[in-house]
Amino acid sequence: MKQTSIIDIISPVMVGPSSSHTAGAIRLGLLARNIYNEMPDKVTFKLYNSFAQTGKGHGTDKGLLSGVLGLNVDDTRIKDIFNSDLAKEFEYEFQYLEDFNRHPNAVDIIFEGHRNMKISGNSVGAGEIEITNIDEFSVSLTGKYNTLLLIYKDVPNMISRVTNSIHVNIASFHCDRYAKGEEASMCICLDGEVNQKVIDFLYLIEDVYMIRYIKKLES
Amino acid sequence: MDKSINTFKELEDICKKNNKQIYEVIQKYEAELAETTEKDIRLLVKKSLDAMKESIKNGLQSKEMSISGMCGDDCDRLQKKYQKEGAIFGKTFEKITTYALATIEENLRMGKIAACPTAGSCAIVPSVLVGVSEDLDIQEEDQINALITAGTIGRIISNKVALAGAVAGCQAECGVASAMAAGALTQMRGGSIPQILNAVALAMKNLLGLTCDPVCGLVEIPCVKRNPFLAIHAVTASELALAGVESKIPLDEVIDALEQTGKLMSPMLKESSQAGLATTKTALNLKEKLFK
Repeated sequence: MKQTSIIDIISPVMVGPSSSHTAGAIRLGLLARNIYNEMPDKVTFKLYNSFAQTGKGHGTDKGLLSGVLGLNVDDTRIKDIFNSDLAKEFEYEFQYLEDFNRHPNAVDIIFEGHRNMKISGNSVGAGEIEITNIDEFSVSLTGKYNTLLLIYKDVPNMISRVTNSIHVNIASFHCDRYAKGEEASMCICLDGEVNQKVIDFLYLIEDVYMIRYIKKLES
Repeated sequence: MDKSINTFKELEDICKKNNKQIYEVIQKYEAELAETTEKDIRLLVKKSLDAMKESIKNGLQSKEMSISGMCGDDCDRLQKKYQKEGAIFGKTFEKITTYALATIEENLRMGKIAACPTAGSCAIVPSVLVGVSEDLDIQEEDQINALITAGTIGRIISNKVALAGAVAGCQAECGVASAMAAGALTQMRGGSIPQILNAVALAMKNLLGLTCDPVCGLVEIPCVKRNPFLAIHAVTASELALAGVESKIPLDEVIDALEQTGKLMSPMLKESSQAGLATTKTALNLKEKLFK
């Protein structure tokens, strides 16, 4: 049995009205921001199913945008984010869709800029979230662990070269690839932290295209 | 650390064995679990308590409507009524009902609240805890103790039942909140541990089967008014328990019934807005207007 804490029961302190549709949306935006980690020119939010149907009434749109702008779940500026100067940093657009193959509270966050990236995730209840896809790779990110994400060429010994360099206990590990020998992704959730030296070292590994060190979200 | 505490029986036994109150046992337990100090646990609880007081304060001063325009001005209405004519049960009743509406309306206008256990049920524990503390002059340390007990009740229930309307209906959100408030209040009034657990059982038993059928899928109708109702419900449970009234069904078995009822409840009545109040003629009209 996974132990919960009494603190989980009497919090989070958040802006309302819904833990799944508001706090979850903010946290999805925050985690997507940490993954993209650049200033975008434009962000498109595609909201699905219940997120699309009840999102406006729950401030899901405001939450997603606020998260991408770096605001936390208890930030009272979220309510008026559309009129805030903060929201002038980049263009944004919302689309409301139905797709019953997707989770009831699903979203695609599409970043356009120096680099384009599509991040998909779900709000799974009580403010908990999961990022399930980055571009076409499947990943599993919940914001509960510091996470290393690598995009690299699918060649032998890549996993051992990476894990030999990080010296931190690994909580979970997930790989995916387009096809043998092509682009692949590695998603490593860590119990501790890694420093910039480790990240610089990982960049020295041949055939690593992109590295992101995604800090865990405040609970 | 003592062995894990996952049932109310285990909680009661450990308290009895060590001759300690629930909050004493649990703040130590939580500190060991999180590899931190009891003082830090209490600070986290205080953070929630402070947020609760802030949302009451803000909510009492506002009558701003929600984004949908369906709710937001009932606390103002109730305060005006009490200014003109007091409540039949007196000041404490007035405080609990206005504080509950203040908090839940603050939630729906995207104000800051503490989800306890959820956002849609966030007003029940604070209204009882803060309202009664003001009237009985209960100090902050004892309020923190009570909130630790409330959290403990919610945590043990959540071991069996996810506290989410989509999983087990409103009995697992506002229902559990009312049970948490009943236990916390009984402790604040000096009740024994069996009396605290009886208050929880009595409150919970009476809310089994409560569905989650929000109009337009929003945390507004019937959630807003349900909060003050179930806050007062918690007080009733506490009064009975303090009088020595016992739940004939032990608390852990009541939670088993909660779990089973949640499983048997139709998905149409679990936050999907496919039945109940959500599909009444008026609700469908509201929905059409809102999503036009």
